[in-house]
Amino acid sequence: MKNKNRFLGFLGLVLILSMILAACGGGEEAAPTEAPVAAAPTTAPVTAPAGEECGTGAPIIPGGDLEKAYAGEYTGTTVTMDGPFSSNDQVKFEDAVKDFETKTGINIDYIGGKGFEDNIGVKVDGGNPPDIADFPQPGLLDTQVRKGKVVDVSTFLPADYLAAQYKQGWLDMAKMEAPSGPITAGIWNRTNGKSLVWYNKKAFDAAGYTIPTTWDELMALTQQIADDGDTPWCIGIESGAATGWAMTDWIEEVMLRTTSPENYDKWTKGELKFDSPEVNNAIDNITKIWFDDAYVKGGRAAIATTNFGDAPKPMFEDPPKCWLHKQGNFITSFFPEGLTPEVDYDFFYLPGIDSQYGSPFLIAGDIYAMFNDRPEVRAVLEYFTRAESIKTWMEAGGAISPHNDQCLSWYGDPMEKKIAALIRDASTVRFDGSDLMPGAVGAGSFWKSMTAFVSGQIDQATALQEIDASWPK
Amino acid sequence: MAAKAQGFQKQKRTSSILLNLTLSIICFIWLLPVIGLLITSFRNSQDIFTSGWWKVFPHREYQNTRQIILDPSVDVNGPMTVEGVTASFDEFRNGVTAPTGEKLTWYGNKRTRTIDVAEQKWVGFSAALSLKNYISVLSGKSVTFTDASGREVVTRGPALGSAFLNSLAVTIPATIIPILIAAFAAYGFAWLNFPGRKLLFILVVAMLVVPLQIALVPILQDYTRLNLNGTFLAIWLAHTGFGLPLAVYLLFNYIALLPREILESAFLDGASNFTIFTSLILPLSIPALASFAIFQFLWVWNDFLVALIFLGDKNRVVTSALANLVGERGQDWHLLTAGAFITMILPLIVFLALQRYFVRGMMAGSVKG
Amino acid sequence: MENSMGDKSKGNGGVGTWLLTNLGRILISLVVPIGLFVILWQGFMFLRDSNAPQLVLVLVAIVWGVGGVAALFWVTNWLVEKMPKEWTRRIQPFVFVGPAIAIIAWFLFIPVIRTLILSFQNDISNAWVGFANYIFAFTDRVMLDAFRNNLLWLVFGTFFSVSLGLVIAVLADRSRYETVYKVLIFLPMAISFVGAGVIWKFIYAYQGLGVGIQEIGLLNGIVVAMGGTAQPWLTQAPWNNFLLIIIMVWLQTGFAMVIISSAVKGIPAELLEAARVDGASEFKIFFSIIIPSISGTLITVTTTIVIFSLKLFDVVYVMTGGNFGTNVIANEFYLQRFTYGNAGRASAIAIVLLIATLPVMIYNLRQFNERRAF
Repeated sequence: MKNKNRFLGFLGLVLILSMILAACGGGEEAAPTEAPVAAAPTTAPVTAPAGEECGTGAPIIPGGDLEKAYAGEYTGTTVTMDGPFSSNDQVKFEDAVKDFETKTGINIDYIGGKGFEDNIGVKVDGGNPPDIADFPQPGLLDTQVRKGKVVDVSTFLPADYLAAQYKQGWLDMAKMEAPSGPITAGIWNRTNGKSLVWYNKKAFDAAGYTIPTTWDELMALTQQIADDGDTPWCIGIESGAATGWAMTDWIEEVMLRTTSPENYDKWTKGELKFDSPEVNNAIDNITKIWFDDAYVKGGRAAIATTNFGDAPKPMFEDPPKCWLHKQGNFITSFFPEGLTPEVDYDFFYLPGIDSQYGSPFLIAGDIYAMFNDRPEVRAVLEYFTRAESIKTWMEAGGAISPHNDQCLSWYGDPMEKKIAALIRDASTVRFDGSDLMPGAVGAGSFWKSMTAFVSGQIDQATALQEIDASWPK
Repeated sequence: MAAKAQGFQKQKRTSSILLNLTLSIICFIWLLPVIGLLITSFRNSQDIFTSGWWKVFPHREYQNTRQIILDPSVDVNGPMTVEGVTASFDEFRNGVTAPTGEKLTWYGNKRTRTIDVAEQKWVGFSAALSLKNYISVLSGKSVTFTDASGREVVTRGPALGSAFLNSLAVTIPATIIPILIAAFAAYGFAWLNFPGRKLLFILVVAMLVVPLQIALVPILQDYTRLNLNGTFLAIWLAHTGFGLPLAVYLLFNYIALLPREILESAFLDGASNFTIFTSLILPLSIPALASFAIFQFLWVWNDFLVALIFLGDKNRVVTSALANLVGERGQDWHLLTAGAFITMILPLIVFLALQRYFVRGMMAGSVKG
Repeated sequence: MENSMGDKSKGNGGVGTWLLTNLGRILISLVVPIGLFVILWQGFMFLRDSNAPQLVLVLVAIVWGVGGVAALFWVTNWLVEKMPKEWTRRIQPFVFVGPAIAIIAWFLFIPVIRTLILSFQNDISNAWVGFANYIFAFTDRVMLDAFRNNLLWLVFGTFFSVSLGLVIAVLADRSRYETVYKVLIFLPMAISFVGAGVIWKFIYAYQGLGVGIQEIGLLNGIVVAMGGTAQPWLTQAPWNNFLLIIIMVWLQTGFAMVIISSAVKGIPAELLEAARVDGASEFKIFFSIIIPSISGTLITVTTTIVIFSLKLFDVVYVMTGGNFGTNVIANEFYLQRFTYGNAGRASAIAIVLLIATLPVMIYNLRQFNERRAF
């Protein structure tokens, strides 16, 4: 992850790749197409041609299992899949693979749901793993990889194929250390953007506020809302046993905006200490907002007791009790029912702080790993490396693709299309740091110490030193 | 003599009133959270987060009657005079009482230039309570979305009915089997002599403290080898294993204290151990069996983890059906509360059914007989 | 038969004779268990592979499971009683305790041994680390906090659960509305932990300070109504521990009450009547008749709840996740095992938990000896 431009542009690369690989002539001026899209009131005419060029990607591996599967060789087999999503997402997932199931005769049996994170380790250790598991946190997968339980997908997915389907940054993040040496532990299927600030569009427009494009403007807006007699920010980090993760997202955002991506990478690997000037500086920026009772709904003491999912709700009360909420795109499902995107609510990009670091973007994603090496499982996994595997999910809303062969026109949700474009335009894209750190830090001390710090139990220095001390040696 | 009896009666009555009063107070405190849960389960998701559940009861509250829009000429940063009251923005924001008794409260931020005028009124008689939450829990949550072709996809989640059946299939044997096995064992430990009796008993009791989570991985390995995963047998055995130490411990304490004379006389009559156990010990231990049955039933009924790991997705039980109903919106508290009540019904019926076995004199009578 | 007669006439005693004499019996002894086994196996296969309607499957499952276990006991015992008297006497106890011992060994004892081994290994159990995990368990700040909190849970949680359970059981025993009271106290036990977590959040909830903020937590609602300032109850150490203990008392008193109640029912009515006629005060009756009569049950209940309070983690996990200085040992075990994926540390914590209950176990065994239960 040395090259900060590796993540440059989704569509741009998509189209360039499709030009090279599919030898399609019409794709000139690929990257800039998005600009007129954003400006034009009707997006369809502009993106429609793109839809024809994209979506092809690298050809299915010749002689590979996916090809055999489409030839009907694996009809009647079943592939079990475990994961953390349920309810709406489960329905959309099943809808998305239905076409594949009909064509190949392979039955994909999704058995996941609540409690996945807690029981996947038990299932793997107990010798009863699913064929494929969807890990929302690479750190969780890493534990299984180190035990040597995960199939190296590079054994059947050639490097050049993967390089065509994903940008290098994704592939780098899938490299993990197994007892037998480094392996490609899985493939990416969904991503979500985090660097977003949500607001109540109706109230925001009525009050006449303007969208900030720099950090200073953001702070000025914060002050302005406070001067007008309201509390600007909705912040809540309570999440049961996972309390504190929302705070770690903020720190990651500000880290990317105040220090180099290289330092960020070092930090997630444990090479840059938490108790370093960089991290301290990032936290100072945050506490200017968080610890000012006039800036946060309910005051600092309420942050640790407010559930992350409840936090944005006061934005939509009449009158709004707070105005701004930074969270990933999944948060819209926690908004009160019956709100329309772009009418009732909208988001803006959390602006950069130090101009030399540009406009970085924080993301997270789901990595699919394989535990049982059977031909039909290989076929399914190869299928998941292709954007078409979540096409209907993207159309229905709820999924952003990390694949190179996706089309922006597939996004049914205008918000998600905008986010996909934002990720494309970002100067730096980095993965949620706490998800990359070892579980004891990324799902443990980082959350816990920051929670203790926010609730005033310990001071900043103690919190950071405790996290450093907890890093596995 | 009569007067004394009357006095005794009177004293008895006052003490009875006192007794019931004390119990009522304790029960009320105990019930308060449950009432909160019950009321919450009838409220809609929005209300739950904006006002306390006790607000559904009639109470006096300021209700907005009209709004005053301030003239643009008024400086909102200085003192303002509205309805005969002069106050600053912050004071208005917190609410100012006008001479008329009305309350003036600034609406929103300074930019709105709006003041709400409110009067105290009784509210809460027609609280917005509905059965909606229960309906969506029982019938399964429906998921609606529009796919690319504009086709509306409506999928209804599995209804709770089949999950209830699965839960029963898990719970009934997983309650009776450990009780049966434990009763035999308790009798063996209490009344039969065999080498290693004490040591084995210590072992059983010590296992009380073992967190069942440590057993999940080894048991799953065994089940995988035996191809038992996902079967009812697997989960009965697991619940039996995890419930047995407490069952043996509780039943031993009871059976060991049964009067020695009964057993001895039965032995003299030439009854075998098996006969004594089935025709004497079991009936005599009914209160203990009933009380353990209640708890084992509850634990199994409310268990989520063991069912998830050993039974899996195929035969989903109520707890995991509910967990998945709540789904990605982790904070669907209105559904959680309704679900909590629906799942409570059966344990309560079991409790009431077994409660009648706690009868005075069952033991005492037998001792004499 | 001919043969056996002949043997017997020769007067050669010993096993051979006995065996032949009882050939028929042995045959039956073999046929019956095998028959039972076949029936149970068929039932199992039916349950595993059948596509019958769910209701049928469930009914078969219940009959098969419960009936199967009962039949197994009956047949084994029948077999043992067929044996010579001396053998019966020796083997029968194991027919009684054997199944329990076997299942407990399989489901708990062997996993404990395994845990003991894992506790000396690293996080993913592929290298030996000596006592490092135990050093962590006894020195880490989080663990030390957890020990302190567990002590609070153990002392206060157990004391209030048992004493309230006792008082309610004894009082309710005299009331006409006994069932009503008992159901109400029992009610919390029937609520799932998730449900219980939700409702206690609605009691301790804190919305913060500011204009127009309405408290939705009952406790803050009361505080504000009485003119006070709302407090973030769950973040204020060490008092938040007591607020969580209240939840455990609320949940566990029903358990204590039910068990104690069944013991109270066992006190002969004549004993109580006699004391009343003698003019003993209710307090005297309570302390000098009721308590001694049910002391065995009280010890049992106390032991059980002490162990509950050591093992307890759901309440903490749901309410605070162990934050704000409320961590307990079992919660840390759960986090280490499932969230941080550190099997070594988790195992060490589980073993420490096991050792922590040794005094309780020893006390219990002494009591059994004193009461001549053994």
